Amino acid sequence: MDECLAHVQGRRVLKPSRGIWPALAAPGLIWLLLFFVAPMYVVLCIVFGRLDPIFRTAVPVWNPVQWDPTQFTYVLTHIVGPEGVFGPALLRTAMYVLTASALCLLIAFPVAYYVARLSGRRRGLLLALLIAPFWISYMMRMFAWVNLLQDDGLVNTVLGFGGLFTPDVNWLTGQPAVVILGLVYGYVPYMILPLYAGLDRLSQPVLEASRDLGANRASSFWRVTLPLSRPTIVAALLLTCLPMLGDYFTSDMLSASPKTAMVGNLINDSVLTPGQTGQAGAFVMLVFLVALLPMLYYIRVTGRRDEVAS
Amino acid sequence: MRGPVAWWNDPWRPPRVLVAATVGYLLWSLLPVLVAVLYSFNDGRSRTVWQGFSFRWYWGDQTLSVWHDATLHNALLQTLKLGIITTIITVPLGVLFALGIDRWRGRLPSGANFLMLLAFVLPEVLLAVSLLFVITTVALPIELGTTAQVIGLVTFQVSYPAVLVRARLATIGPQYEEAAMDLGASPVGALRRVIMPMLMPAIFASTVLVFADVIDDFVMVRYLSGGASSEPVSVKIYNTARGAPTPALNALATLLLLTALAAVTVGYLVFRRMTRNDTTTADRGIGAFAGEM
Repeated sequence: MDECLAHVQGRRVLKPSRGIWPALAAPGLIWLLLFFVAPMYVVLCIVFGRLDPIFRTAVPVWNPVQWDPTQFTYVLTHIVGPEGVFGPALLRTAMYVLTASALCLLIAFPVAYYVARLSGRRRGLLLALLIAPFWISYMMRMFAWVNLLQDDGLVNTVLGFGGLFTPDVNWLTGQPAVVILGLVYGYVPYMILPLYAGLDRLSQPVLEASRDLGANRASSFWRVTLPLSRPTIVAALLLTCLPMLGDYFTSDMLSASPKTAMVGNLINDSVLTPGQTGQAGAFVMLVFLVALLPMLYYIRVTGRRDEVAS
Repeated sequence: MRGPVAWWNDPWRPPRVLVAATVGYLLWSLLPVLVAVLYSFNDGRSRTVWQGFSFRWYWGDQTLSVWHDATLHNALLQTLKLGIITTIITVPLGVLFALGIDRWRGRLPSGANFLMLLAFVLPEVLLAVSLLFVITTVALPIELGTTAQVIGLVTFQVSYPAVLVRARLATIGPQYEEAAMDLGASPVGALRRVIMPMLMPAIFASTVLVFADVIDDFVMVRYLSGGASSEPVSVKIYNTARGAPTPALNALATLLLLTALAAVTVGYLVFRRMTRNDTTTADRGIGAFAGEM
């Protein structure tokens, strides 16, 4: 009888379900805590930890009260000033990432706009071709350029018109332009797809209304399309900038020279060097702090969009 | 069919600049890779001068071809192994996580959701280096190698199925589940018999995405590999590209490319079959498959 009453009141429907949802989420949550949150703490303990004086290995200090900031301040004091050995690489990272993502946007926006709004019946095929670079390994795409940019590679052959000139350009020995182009080539697909999705969702009636109300193509684009797609553009920029911040392999593959080293290279070079583990950790923290605001912004933007969608 | 002249004079065709930009971009993005694939069939040792067509670097060469050189085909096997194991762990973990935090109300689940999204956008190198630190400095029963690689990859990929499933749950809405429970289903029964079948396309798409993403991964698998025996294809390419590799490396990369394309093509065809009666995804085709991201 009690049970029946509860059922009518809807309590029975809710009660047994209470424990289920936390139980479903628990394995994933525990996994993230163990292998995502805990490692971040370990990085802190190593950055603010000590060095073993004999083996030069990092000794993590688990208690925050005993943390020793020597290694972190070492990195911070060597960014600018007379001993600024890390400064150039950080500045270069900022420059490369900004230039590369601006170029990415310049390439990605027209392409995404055309495929999303104007391609008509060919859209499926074009979209498949746009997605294709996603499934091609990043390393393979860089390797393809290593082949083309060899001293006797296709690029130099084409530039020399098949032997008419001899362009003696060693593309693969520390050319900043090559590294930036490599970054653009590598990360453009990651920008085109979110842009495509966003432009695809733009409401057609609003755009038609702007034309009906007298705007010409250009001003309708400038005053309606662009403002409406601004959140998408920001999200797409963040999606390409954030992974670029940690990139070291593009520079390694296409230049392998300290002249084009980025902050990712600083991390990569110091990670396995005995005695520099703390430095690598400090760089990791630095990149994390720089990336934190953009990451939070991205999470907020996408979260809001999901609320609107549902 | 219209001729090119009629096309050129057509006042309603899309702006020339945009067509040119799109075609130019596609050529630029795909041609270098096609050239690399082409040279994997080169008969000579050069990766820049064409010397005739052969399968020498696939199996013809007795010592250096992918088939005969153990370091090359072991890299491919390691890639496939990581792809399969990681996918098997990641997808159930992510799907259950998404279902859980979607219904569980309160502060804890929204914190969990935030963590998941943070893992989604964090630069991979940061996560990889911190896991490397954990394994090298903390006394754990985990060693560098396949186990460590799988743990790292699962952590980095788990948000994929979670994000896709949550987006799908938002489009489905609560009404089907409520109807099922009004008709007497328990919450678990409604979940199992109503929601799960509706989620299958999203789950399937995320399976394919995770697999394709894992076999392309580089940063994580390189830091967490325990020596040459657990180095997958991407690391092999990175290590040898700037030396003087033979076209066997092109052949290896081509085989990886074929694996990824096969997985994605089969995945897309199955996905289309699964969603053919579904109005919310039907008109979006491949875009729905790519999960909008």
